[in-house]
Amino acid sequence: MRFLQLYNYEIAIFLAMVGLYIVVSRGNLVKKIAGLSMFQTSVFILYISMGVVQDGTVPILIEGVQNYSNPLPHVLILTAIVVGVATTAVALSLVIRINESYGTVEEDEIHQQDESF
Amino acid sequence: MVEVLANDLPALQVVIPLVSAPLCLILARWPRIVWLLCLAASWTSLAIAIELLDQVLSGGPISYAMGGWAAPWGIEYRIDAVNAYVILIVTGIASVVMPYAHQSVAKEIRGDRVPLFYTLLMLCLTGLLGMTITGDAFNVFVFLEISSLSMYGLISMGRDRRALTSAFQYLVMGTIGGTFILIGIGFLYVLTGTLNMADLAMRLPEVTQLRTLHTGFAFLVVGIGLKLAMFPLHLWLPNAYAYAPSTATAFIAATATKVAVYALLRFVFTVIGPVIAYQDLPFGEIAKVLAVLGLVTGSFVAIFQENVKRMLAYSSVAQIGYILLGIGLATVMGLTASMLHLFNHALIKGALFMAVGCLFYRTRSVRLDDLRGIGRKMPWSFGAFVIAGLSLIGVPLTVGFVSKWYLVQASLEVGQWPLAVLVLGGSLLAIIYIWRVVEIAWFGSPSTRAAEATEAPLGLLIPTWILVLANLYFGTHTGLTVGVANLAARTLAEGLR
Repeated sequence: MRFLQLYNYEIAIFLAMVGLYIVVSRGNLVKKIAGLSMFQTSVFILYISMGVVQDGTVPILIEGVQNYSNPLPHVLILTAIVVGVATTAVALSLVIRINESYGTVEEDEIHQQDESF
Repeated sequence: MVEVLANDLPALQVVIPLVSAPLCLILARWPRIVWLLCLAASWTSLAIAIELLDQVLSGGPISYAMGGWAAPWGIEYRIDAVNAYVILIVTGIASVVMPYAHQSVAKEIRGDRVPLFYTLLMLCLTGLLGMTITGDAFNVFVFLEISSLSMYGLISMGRDRRALTSAFQYLVMGTIGGTFILIGIGFLYVLTGTLNMADLAMRLPEVTQLRTLHTGFAFLVVGIGLKLAMFPLHLWLPNAYAYAPSTATAFIAATATKVAVYALLRFVFTVIGPVIAYQDLPFGEIAKVLAVLGLVTGSFVAIFQENVKRMLAYSSVAQIGYILLGIGLATVMGLTASMLHLFNHALIKGALFMAVGCLFYRTRSVRLDDLRGIGRKMPWSFGAFVIAGLSLIGVPLTVGFVSKWYLVQASLEVGQWPLAVLVLGGSLLAIIYIWRVVEIAWFGSPSTRAAEATEAPLGLLIPTWILVLANLYFGTHTGLTVGVANLAARTLAEGLR
């Protein structure tokens, strides 16, 4: 049953692998960014899962509660989310400019144009 | 007031470029003032870096509690001989590149984007300095992303549209690298419950045999390896360097990979500890094999490039091989050679890319065909290229010779003479690709572009020659660099025995 107890880690690993696979296998730049975002998001789940304390509540002040989850990973992940958003924004703006100058967002068509250039 | 500021030097080192970045945007209407502001910011940073190095050399490591929160809880800035030395490299290069930027940027970048370019350059400097100075593992990731994101922007500003695709390629690989580092740091955190590097170093020895630690270490090495362009992970580098604006290439090539090497050294030697990395795990062997592959293939591929900037970029992959080789040897001598080559390679590649930038300023091209016969039209620019090229090869009296000398000695010290032979073989390949440029640019009959070219303006030549003369100066006066590099290496190697 150990397998099921660690299910959020398994989901994180699955999401990471799916994300990486999309980045590697898709030729469409927008899809690549989607994969990249997914990969980053899986790490957020990994971190938040780390902060869990057994039978702990949310890390806010409640009368009589002593046992609460570790809030530090949550805070770290807030920073990482900001980084993720910024990365996606920069990537999408690059794609817009690539589309303006090449007229396509497909990787192989871009390569073709550069070779004939 | 002055005393208060003097106590906060470690914070100011990062804050000054960070604050000047948005100021560049606010003052965007006056590009000249923006440039002067960046110049002042980078020179101030250099002054702080020199002062910090001086303090570290005389009084030992400095610990600075950011915002007044004490070390294991708050973010600590910790400066010892190793990062004081790397900060000096980064700020030194920034201080030389910034005067060069004025004319080069004005020519290569569309008018309304010039202030944006300086903003990104300052952010990039902030990120690199922050990564180096911080003593907090998660902070390394944050600053790494600041520098990377601004670097993607800088690269995409190149005039060629391939700058866009190479920036995108770098973004994808850089983000994967950054996320790997994040996963690695997460694994270390879950084992110890701390993010402070000194604290991590104290607690990790209790859990050396856990697979989580080994996995975390592997993630860190691969992630940082992507950032420092370790051999099979170097694919983003050639295009990124080739199509970025000249100023950006000179700055990034001379500093970004160096800071990544520093991060690797910090995690391997201070946080994880060399015992785990070299004895429990085969980090030394992997580093040596990848270093050798990198320096042979990098040099070899460089020979066949038609684009001079791309050629120098592949040569960077090879030079990173030399640095990694010293780390792989895991002796004080090897680390000294690596630390020396960090400094020396920054001088060499900075000078080379700035000299190529001078040629580009007049010819608008870096293709070998277009540079035919340029040497006689622009003797000062090309002379700078030749001297820096000799330094890259490792001719005596230049800095390249000093670092190769130490690397060969370090290889022989541990009885690995094949490595010494490979180091010298790499130099032979460097002779071939540098000679190829010299032959075409000096002895070829001028191309149409070269025929119209005149010598580059002094605003470009003076900073370029400052770096070239630094190549010669530090090649003959090795006391300072070798002394500090050796001290830094001994600081890192404390855990070796």
